[in-house]
Amino acid sequence: MGFVRKVWAIVAKDVAAELHTREMVSAMLVFSVLALMIFSFALDLRGTVARAAAPGVLWATVAFAGTLGLSRSMAREQQTGCIDGLLLAPMDRSAIFFGKALGNLIFMGVVEIVLLPLFSALFDVPLLRPGVVLVTALGTVGYAAVGTLLAAIAINTRAREVMLPILLLPLAIPALVAAVQATGGLVEGATMSEVSGWTRLLVAYDLIIVAVSMLTFGYVLEE
Amino acid sequence: MKSRWDGVGIVLAALSGVAVLAGLGMVFFYAPREATMGDVQRIFYFHVSSAWVGFFAFFVTFLGGIGYLVQGQRRWDILSLSSVEVGLTFITMAVVTGSLWARPAWGTYWTWEPRLTISAVQLLIYVAYGMLRTAVESPERKARFAAAYGIVAFVTVPLSWFAIRWWRTIHPDVLTGGEGMAFTPRMGHTLMVSLAAFTLLYFTLLRQRICLERVVGRLLHLRLRLGSRR
Repeated sequence: MGFVRKVWAIVAKDVAAELHTREMVSAMLVFSVLALMIFSFALDLRGTVARAAAPGVLWATVAFAGTLGLSRSMAREQQTGCIDGLLLAPMDRSAIFFGKALGNLIFMGVVEIVLLPLFSALFDVPLLRPGVVLVTALGTVGYAAVGTLLAAIAINTRAREVMLPILLLPLAIPALVAAVQATGGLVEGATMSEVSGWTRLLVAYDLIIVAVSMLTFGYVLEE
Repeated sequence: MKSRWDGVGIVLAALSGVAVLAGLGMVFFYAPREATMGDVQRIFYFHVSSAWVGFFAFFVTFLGGIGYLVQGQRRWDILSLSSVEVGLTFITMAVVTGSLWARPAWGTYWTWEPRLTISAVQLLIYVAYGMLRTAVESPERKARFAAAYGIVAFVTVPLSWFAIRWWRTIHPDVLTGGEGMAFTPRMGHTLMVSLAAFTLLYFTLLRQRICLERVVGRLLHLRLRLGSRR
């Protein structure tokens, strides 16, 4: 079996499990809507305030909702004993990494597909633009990659889920700063080339983080 | 058992003691009074030195992490752990001296100045590193997780640096208008000596921390042996 097919088998397994239980995506979605409400109360998101705060609110919501899905995805592997099966299977650890990271990317992506139009409608902010979608995708790739690695670490600690945000958020700062700035620029009507510094930083973050997470992931899984 | 007199340790401690005193002397008596900021600016030498040592310490942790994952020897993990602890002390000093300096220079204890912000981010990352270590029981697993985290964490440092720098240039801060001090050769000498003193101090503390960790390991080993003999 080729590398891509192995990765795909893991992704298909995660998607099938999620379609069956729907616990991860639904939890992230409900959390996101709740977060939007809380932000709306906290910042009184109307008119120009909403426009100015939109990128920050959007990314804070994505980041916090993401930690829910990421830790759940790894916890499920452990509870079902599926991780042992994956480790016994004749494949490279990097295939497990890409499978899990891609699955997490898909689940976060589904949440974002709902979140972007909802956000635009609720706060009257033009987020449904190709540029914003691209920036969202770029920001999520790196976040899901490093999140997959750190979730595998966090789930094996005493504090479990509590550990993940503490480990993940400081490492996600470059991606969050770049994504918020790029989204903010695009919302204010900047062109893609005007925010290219930020998108290039996002691409660099994604490449470096995916490579390093892939290399270290094998050492994090139990022997 | 090795002799109780740790020659290298004593020499290191003596050297760093002399160097820190020399640095202190130069900061107060050799370096000129800065024109705009006055005596307050003298905190600059130790501020920069402690920030440098903090970043260097986390780089050593990064190397120790790679060493551990490649070779699997405990000494790499001890190096990483010790360097994080010493580094945290210095980066905390950098953040504290930074805000002490910010107060008279910019009129506020905290400004989101890029270098100060990135030091604070580093502080948080390596506090998380410490929390991760305490949350794992098995020493072998602890070492593996810490190594992986130390590597990924350090890789994000340059990225954070760019992100925070650009973020600040896009939102120009009026408070940082007082930047760019008149730098004289004497200031350069003082900074060099401070940097050297703090680097020496780092190695002294690192060595002590490594020895301490070895003693802890030995003590655990002896306890186990005593326990099994009963």
